[in-house]
Amino acid sequence: MNAVRQELSHVSDDVILKSTQLYKIFGKNEAATVEKLRRGENDLPPDTTAAVIDASFEVHRGEIFVVMGLSGSGKSTLIRMLNGLLEPTSGSVEVLGTDITAISPKQLRQVRKDHISMVFQHFALLPHRSVIDNVAYGLEIQGMPAAARLERASEVTKLVGLAGWEQHLPGELSGGMRQRVGLARALAADTDILLMDEAFSALDPLIRREMQEQLLELQSTLGKTIIFITHDLNEAMFLGDRIAVMRDGRIVQTGTPEDILTDPANDYVAQFVQDVDRSRVLTASSVMEAVSAVSPLSAGLRGALRVMRDRQASTVLVTDRRGMLLGGIRDRDAVSGVRRGDRDLQALLDTDLHTVSPDDLLTDMLEASIESPYPLAVVDPGGRLLGMLPRVTLLAALGNIDTTTGPTPVVDTSTISLDVISQTLDAMPAAEQVTR
Amino acid sequence: MNDFRIPLGDVVKEFTSFLLTNVAWLFDTLRGFFSSFYDLIELALAGPPFWVVGLVLVAIAFAAKGWKLALGTALGVTLVVGLGQWDASMESLALVVVAASIAIAVSVPLGIWAARSSTVSVVLRPILDFMQTMPAFVYLIPAILLFRVGIVPGIVATIVFAMAPGARLTELGIRGVDKEVVEAGFAFGASPSRVLRQIQLPLAMPTILAGINQIIMLSLSMVVIAGMVGAGGLGSEVVSALQRVDVGKGFEAGLAVVLLAIYLDRVTGSLGTRKGGVVSSVVALLRPGRGPVSV
Repeated sequence: MNAVRQELSHVSDDVILKSTQLYKIFGKNEAATVEKLRRGENDLPPDTTAAVIDASFEVHRGEIFVVMGLSGSGKSTLIRMLNGLLEPTSGSVEVLGTDITAISPKQLRQVRKDHISMVFQHFALLPHRSVIDNVAYGLEIQGMPAAARLERASEVTKLVGLAGWEQHLPGELSGGMRQRVGLARALAADTDILLMDEAFSALDPLIRREMQEQLLELQSTLGKTIIFITHDLNEAMFLGDRIAVMRDGRIVQTGTPEDILTDPANDYVAQFVQDVDRSRVLTASSVMEAVSAVSPLSAGLRGALRVMRDRQASTVLVTDRRGMLLGGIRDRDAVSGVRRGDRDLQALLDTDLHTVSPDDLLTDMLEASIESPYPLAVVDPGGRLLGMLPRVTLLAALGNIDTTTGPTPVVDTSTISLDVISQTLDAMPAAEQVTR
Repeated sequence: MNDFRIPLGDVVKEFTSFLLTNVAWLFDTLRGFFSSFYDLIELALAGPPFWVVGLVLVAIAFAAKGWKLALGTALGVTLVVGLGQWDASMESLALVVVAASIAIAVSVPLGIWAARSSTVSVVLRPILDFMQTMPAFVYLIPAILLFRVGIVPGIVATIVFAMAPGARLTELGIRGVDKEVVEAGFAFGASPSRVLRQIQLPLAMPTILAGINQIIMLSLSMVVIAGMVGAGGLGSEVVSALQRVDVGKGFEAGLAVVLLAIYLDRVTGSLGTRKGGVVSSVVALLRPGRGPVSV
């Protein structure tokens, strides 16, 4: 899964869909209501509903953009404006540079055929057509000849794991399988953008998780741009490269899952993210701390011990001159080494430290953190030490304890008291800076 | 109090005579069309010997519902022939076929139109209510004036009376199609006519077929009334029995109507529930004059 996530992070900068100040009002005096909202007046007459208010965002090619909100927050209305199923009251939607609010119905149909397909909450399969004919539906509308589209459809049907079910009717399939057909239909159409409207919400939790993982897998191989609507924050956090949180028709925050979790824009978002399984969202880079207890190999054993004393740490990470992680040493070993008169750090170095990469999820490093006496070292792919993750920091992050209000103790429970370290250093002042 | 009188009746009368003097050509054309349509069907049903048509009816029953209905049909045909009501029954059946197929051809598109436009729906609803609840006899009066005595006013009155459920149930069926499935059609770039053809009509078909079944049953119920304007068939038998107070003859003709009604109801009622070729059965039914005899 980490591999999948890493591939997802290669999102291009090129904007594939852009929504600008999008409004959708249901009721009377729609245009006047938009003006009113623009002026900042929020008291609407009872027969007027503002479903979407001033929604602006950009979606980049290859990205999974999640729109998250409770029911009634306007997310379904928003997604239906992105492919013109609903006409915005005001504002524009650009798909690959074309403003779809300003084109003829015929041109709009062409945009849908070529660029945007959709997956629906309740699958919306054609019940009177077989699985393969459902999957081929988009291609049929695109005008592809029967033989070619059936061939393509059967490839995609295999891709979503429904080989052998081609000739069955949707009514004979389970919910999860039906949504696979829905997904296959959208994938077969081979459009750049996939709109997914609460696509997994009607499935039971185990199937849902399976489908989410399959979607990430498919996305990493096919590189589609996906706009995903959900009311489930865990789903949003799991799937989204970026998330837009909606409330009462407005987008209240747009950001990466970690942004939203670690830096909620307001109390609403903060309350919302309270229940999220943080271990599956937060990555090492978002919670790691600057390495305070670090010592270059060249500083020797005494240097390392001094760092322990100054930083009140029980372990020290050791790097070379270029900042590459070499290993670590514990206070116990350092003290006895110094007492023996050793100077060389190299011999006493623990070299098999647990390291994690910046994009690793916290959930994957819990075990290592428990087993290791050292804080987890966060290193880049080249081996450079970027930061560290002491166990307390990890636990604080999972428990959503605010680490910014005061200093969180960086140390693990000390195994040797500071006095002992000081005494050791004072008692053996010999031959300092020899290895310098 | 007694002076207050809205002259609606006079207005209707004047309007009818206005139609008669100014657009008589239209009614003559319609009359020609209806009567030749009827003659064609009647020729097909009453022309061949009874056992040929009877066998075809049994075959249709078997195809629609299986051997039980086929057996019942065979017994019914024998009974009707035995009662000497065969020719009258075939005339009535021809009237039902002509009136129902025209009513279907008009009401289903009307229902589709109403399903797509709320304005049309709002305007159409009271008109349909009016058409369905106005006593059926009343239609006969202008129909006689406009089309003269004979089979044609019977057909026209039947069409007007029987149309409403077809339009209503078609609209209901199309509006009842899962909104998401329709959206799916549009989302993949289908045109409105394509969505209608490939999604709305097939999914609304059971309801539309229920409407068609209703049209046919209402048409049959008009048969007796149409007999009063000289439309012939079982209606004439019943009317003449009534005039002569001939209980026996009236009962025989009435029984033939009942048998015909049961047959038509079972055969058309099974269309909606049958798996597969629903659409093709409807196409067969819609094709004027070929429905009941062609299968």
